[in-house]
Parts: sequence; C-alpha cells; structure tokens
Amino acid sequence: MAIEARNITKRFGDYVALDDVTISVPDGSLTALLGPSGSGKSTLLRVIAGLEAPDAGDVRIGREDVTAKPARSRGVGFVFQHYAAFKHMTVADNVAFGLAVRKRPKAERKAKVSELLELVGLSHLGERYPPQLSGGQRQRMALARALAVEPQVLLLDEPFGALDARVREELRRWLRRLHDDVHVTTIFVTHDQEEAMEISEQIVVVNEGRIEQSASPGEIYDKPASRFVMSFVGPVTKVAGTLVRPHDIQILTEAHEATQEAVVTRLWWLGFEVRVELLPAEGEALYAQLSRTEADALALSEGQIVHVRVDPTRGPQREPATP
Amino acid sequence: MTVAARPPRARRAGNLQIGGPLAAGGFSVAWLTLIVLIPLAAVVARSFDDGLGSFFDDVTAPQAVAAMKLTLVASLIVAAIDAVMGTLIAWVLVRDEFPGKSVVNALIDLPFALPTIVAGLVLLALYGPKGPIGINIAYTRVAVIMALLFITLPFVVRAVQPVLMALERDVEEAAQSLGARPWTIFRRIILPALRPAILAGVGLSFGRAVGEFGSIVLISGNLPYKTEVASVLVYGQIESDNTTGAAAVSVVLLAISFLVLLGISYVARRGIRR
Amino acid sequence: MSRIALRSIAIGYLAALLVVPVGMVFYRAFEKGFATAWDAVTTPPAQHAFYLTCMIALVAVPANALFGVTTAWVLARHDFRGRRVLDVLIDLPFAVSPVIVGLALVLVWGRDGWFGMTGVIFSAPGMILATIFISLPFVVREVLPVLEEEGTDQEEAASTLGARGWQTFWRITLPTIRWGLTYGVVLSTARAIGEFGAVAVVSGKISGRTETLTLFVEDRFQSLDLTGAYAAGVVLALLGVSVLTLMTLLQRRHQRSR
Repeated sequence: MAIEARNITKRFGDYVALDDVTISVPDGSLTALLGPSGSGKSTLLRVIAGLEAPDAGDVRIGREDVTAKPARSRGVGFVFQHYAAFKHMTVADNVAFGLAVRKRPKAERKAKVSELLELVGLSHLGERYPPQLSGGQRQRMALARALAVEPQVLLLDEPFGALDARVREELRRWLRRLHDDVHVTTIFVTHDQEEAMEISEQIVVVNEGRIEQSASPGEIYDKPASRFVMSFVGPVTKVAGTLVRPHDIQILTEAHEATQEAVVTRLWWLGFEVRVELLPAEGEALYAQLSRTEADALALSEGQIVHVRVDPTRGPQREPATP
Repeated sequence: MTVAARPPRARRAGNLQIGGPLAAGGFSVAWLTLIVLIPLAAVVARSFDDGLGSFFDDVTAPQAVAAMKLTLVASLIVAAIDAVMGTLIAWVLVRDEFPGKSVVNALIDLPFALPTIVAGLVLLALYGPKGPIGINIAYTRVAVIMALLFITLPFVVRAVQPVLMALERDVEEAAQSLGARPWTIFRRIILPALRPAILAGVGLSFGRAVGEFGSIVLISGNLPYKTEVASVLVYGQIESDNTTGAAAVSVVLLAISFLVLLGISYVARRGIRR
Repeated sequence: MSRIALRSIAIGYLAALLVVPVGMVFYRAFEKGFATAWDAVTTPPAQHAFYLTCMIALVAVPANALFGVTTAWVLARHDFRGRRVLDVLIDLPFAVSPVIVGLALVLVWGRDGWFGMTGVIFSAPGMILATIFISLPFVVREVLPVLEEEGTDQEEAASTLGARGWQTFWRITLPTIRWGLTYGVVLSTARAIGEFGAVAVVSGKISGRTETLTLFVEDRFQSLDLTGAYAAGVVLALLGVSVLTLMTLLQRRHQRSR
C-alpha cells in the first residue's frame, strides 16, 4: 500500500511540530524519516499511524482516506523505540495479542505465533517474559507482534535507538532482509544518517517541522537540496564560507590554477582513509579526506606546505544555492 | 541557525475512547463532589447560618479559644519534636546497621495501621492510672502531646528516609577530607538537603495533629479549658445539638488544615525543582 | 554524637512510645486469662460490631477502588484545565478532622440536612459514606504514579494492534497497575477498619446496632469494662499488624517479580 500524507500541520499548544508537510511513500518501499531530535519526524509517523490527530491535512493509505480513522482501524503495524512490550504477558501472548483481540480461534493464533517467532528467530523464547529478554530480542518480538495482524503498512519509531551499537547494526541489516522477504510498505524514523543511508530506498529529511528533501540515498548525498541536508548527511568542511565534501578537496604539491597555500596541521591515519587538517593562508582550518594511496603518493607529513583547491572535476554543485 | 525547542510533554490520550475520557472525568468529579465537596460546603454554610456576628461569637467564645489554643500549641510542639526525632530515627534507619533493623523499620508504620482509639488505649495502658510503672499522665496536657506524638510518628521518618538514602556520599566525604567535624557536616551539608522533606513531613504531622480526635478522647479526659482539644469541642457541640457552633469552629480548623496542605504542596514542588 | 548514642535514643523513643504501650495492651487484655478476653469479644454486641466493621469496609473499599482507578486514569492520561485543582482536592480527606467529616455528613444527609433523608444518619449507610470519605485518596495515590511512570506506549501499541478502548483497559492497563491497586486497597481497608471520629458522630453509637469495632472499644471503656476494651483493642491491633505484614509481604513479592 502506498502512503500519502498531505499538508499535515500539527501543533502542541504554541509549538508547531509539523508545518504543512507533504510526503509520498511508494507501495512496498522502505523509507527513512531522517532528522535531528525535535525535528517532527516522530510526530509525522504517529500522525500516519493515527496515534496523533493532525490539526490540518489528510493521510491516505492505499486509496483510502484514513484521516478520520483511529489507529486500530488503519491496519498499521507500529514498533516503538522502547519496545512497548506487554510485560505481564509471555512473548507468545504478546505476539498473539492482535489476533486475540480479533477473537481468532486458538489454533489459528498458535500457528501464526509459531510462524512469526520463527521468522524473527525467537522460536525458543515463546514462554519467556519480556523482562527476561535482551533489548534486541524484545524489538524482534515487537516486530513479530506487529506483523501478526498482517498490516498494510509497517511503521517503526527509532526502533534501534535504545540498543547497543553492535546490536543496532545487526538489526538494521536484519530489518532490510526482512523487508525484502515480506515486502510490506515500511517507514522508519531515525536520527542516524548512516542507518538511513544503509538500508532505505528513499530518505525523507525532516528539520524543524518541514521536509528538506525527499530522494534516494545517493541523491541526498550527491545533490543535497539545502545546507542543512548537506551537513546532516555526510561529512562536510568549510572552504571560504562554502560547504564542501572533504573528499572533494584536492591536495597538490605545487601551485595550480585556483589553489591556495596551506599548512598540514594534523594527520589521522584511519585504516584505508586518511584525514588531513589544513590551515590555509587565509581563512579557517578545513579538513580533507584522502585514500591511503593518495596520501602516500603525496608523502604527507605534519607541518608540510601544500596547495589545496576544491577538485574541479568532482560534481557540478558543491553547495546548494538555497540555505 | 535556531535550535528546535523541545516539544512539551504531550499527554497522549490517543484513541483510547472508553466512552470517552469525558464520562470518566465526569464520574470522578461527580463522586468527589457528592462525597466530599457538598458535605464540606454544608459545614461552611451552616457556620454562617445565624449570621456573621454569631459566627464571630462562636469562634471567640472562651471555651472555643482555649480549645483552639491548646490544639495549635500542642500540634506545634509535636511537629517540632517530630522534626527532631523523626530525622534522628530516619538517620539511624538509613545509616546504621544492627540486628532487627528491618523489624524496627516496619514498626514505624504501626501508628498508621492502628486505629486511633486503640492508640489512645495503648498509651493509657502504660501511662494511665493503672499503669505498671507508676506514671500517670491521664487527664493532663502531656497526655495530649503524647497521643499526638504517637499518631504522627511516621510522617517525618517516612518523608526523610528516601531523601537520605538518595544523598550522595561524596559531598560529605569531600567535607570530611577538608577537616570538617561530623556535626558540622550534618548541619551544613546534610540538613539543607533534607530540609524540604522534613518540612513536608512536619506539615503532614501538624495537619494530622490539628484534627486528631480518637487517640485523645480517652486519654485526655476532655476537660474544658484544660485538656479539651478543638475536635473534642466540636464533638461536644454536635452532641448538644449546637451544629452552628460546631460548624464555626470546624471552619477555622478547616482553614488551618487547608493552608497547611497548600504549604506542603508548595514546599514539595520547590524541593523537587532543585 | 556517637552511633550507639543515636541508636539508643531512637530505639528508646520507639520503645517508650510504641512498643511497650502496645505490649501492655496485650498484657492487660489477657491478664485475667484468655477465656475472659475471648468472652469479652464474642458477646453479641461485639460480634455485631465486627460484622458491621467488615460490612462497611466491603462496601466502601471497592467503591473507592473504582473511583481511584478512574480518577487516576483521568489524571494520568489527560491534560485539562483544573487538573491541578482535582489533584489537590483528592487529598482533602487527609486534611479534614474526622469529627468534621461526621458533622458535614449529618448536615447533608440528616433529617434536617440539605438532602433531608432518614435512614442514612444513625444507620449503616451514613457510616459507609463517612468511611468512603476518609479513605477516598488511597487508591488514587497508589495507582496514579504507576500510570504516570508506565507511560502510554503499551496502550498505544495495543491500539495499533486493533484493541478497542475497553480491551486495552482490561488486558493492558489493569494488569499494569495491579500492584498499585493492591497497595491502595490494603491501605484503604486498614483506614476504613480503623476509623473512629467520623463514625462516632454519624452513627449515634447505638450498641448492637450501629457500633463498629472502634466504637465498641470506646463503649467498653466508658462502661468501665477495661478487659473488654483491651480485648477488642487487641483484635484491632492484630488486624492492624496483619495489614502491615501483608503490605510488607506484598512489597517483597512485587520486588522479586520485577
């Protein structure tokens, strides 16, 4: 089911969380709502879910206008950052909840629960209680629970935010694989740009209640629509007041057209990558990023005088015209 | 670039719709009104039934004044003793270790679990006319104080205990390493941190003491001008069908209690904000 | 102040004020033998007092439990003007002297009162109303913090999974608050059993008809039947101690199940 949210405005008292926001999510895709804390991305997700009512605008799931419908009638599966596990029920009962509430027969519930627990790799933990599970296991249970009622749409609110870095990485890849198997239209909210870039097909960048850009990861990175998007997704450095990608900085041993002199003030050798801090003759310090090979070829060392410029061959636009 | 402000904690009613929160809220308010507010309003109304002048007379009658004075003074004394003893007991319960400590800790709640009339009986058994140790405080003002100490014991202790437990020791240890003596550390570092809790406990003690009836009624003898507290006076007036007079004194007592209640919640909120 | 000194003062104070007096009551009750004490608390008026006390509690406590859970839910899950006022008002019963409670109820429900009814004052219904008044806040005060701490996540999850309002309440909210509710009910019951002043005013203290256990104690005392008074006092003390023990046991079970 495709999802469309149009002209959504949401206020909490005087605070405007969403300001006339419109997004479109294709059927069967995996979309990330990416933005800093307080940007409104979670609010938008909750409006789509029906957990918040917008002050203006409408939400469509498939062809249907669901704006007036409560969450329970929208056919959405929702996964919370802190799992929202039903602590007083077993894992199996948690997963079966949606079916129990629809009064499905016991045999059907049992079968479905088995199927889903196997899907998420928790088959052996059905009789345990959520407090006995690890964070990652609880979140997988939450996913199984949401999928049990065969939702048209899956919504995840910072699903991995409460987990360790390693578990986060594992689970995000697992989510991608799950999505490839199950093919439910999925939206997830995150503030981690690496996470968004790695697994989503479409990224919607949200900031201060507005959409900054909605595009594929590659396009977000190469053709950022604003300074905010550019600095939020991917590394940036400043050259003469302009935002530039550090790997677009060219370091040369001799002066060329458009280069200026700079001193190498620091070097970081980070495996394959080398990061260089440079102090130009005029202006503030900037950072460049090279491959090991390139750095070796230049025989870089701290204190060395080099010549830098923005690589003229790389990309047509370094910084968007609009702030 | 401006930083997005934190959105206010939205209290999410979501789509729970159990006949709507309106019905539930309505029930709560209706119940509260019927059970509590209307009866209290009746007291206020009755107290002015014979006019403002009569109200004033009722409240300034010598017996009433004596009773209220005794009530207030006794409650203040008890509150002060509670502040000291309550803090001391809380200190011992938190910082000390000895066999049977958990029993002692559970005992603190005994005055809450015992009916007030039994509390009076209990004190009478030991400190009354037939008491085994020869002390007889029955029919004296000491009896009033003692009864009030009994029933207000838990308030300060239970208010201070959690705060004391949560206190971080490193500040005390730093003071120690700088040469401060234990009493100084207590006075300048610990006590200020405990002050809101002590005040809250004292407020509860005082509020409770002002209205206390059951524990005093047996042991004090209820002698007018000597050991009659305000609540007993009110009771006597109800028995003699002087409901207007009873209501008048009640209004004064209520006013005091409400002020104390508001004071406590103010102190509690200030303490939390620190 | 040395540690031992502080400890001694604390224990000494508690012993003199609490422990020894309570011990004395037990002693006095059984001074003339267990049989005498037993006889004193099994007379028809005594039995009736016991029955009446239980009956009142059995009505008042569930009523306040219903009020408590509803009000806690309203306060925890909704923002509305006057929320703070409602919150403070709930604590009113703690601030009102029991005798004033009795007076207030007489003025409203008595024959010459605002509602002008008979059969309420000087009778069980009036005593039930008085008991409801004084035990009103307990369940709210125990359940509300639990609801506030737990947050709405579980309830929202249930909603997205298709549960209607009632289903969410029964399957999710109620189990979540069960400990708070239990504590509130226990405290409420103890308070209801122990009430004296309010029921003293409202009941007319008619022996064998409108006496609760607490009123019975006073009645025995005034009748110079000290053994009877102490024996009934022991019954109430035992009830009180049972409540304390129950609470402690419940708290321990609760901690272990976390």
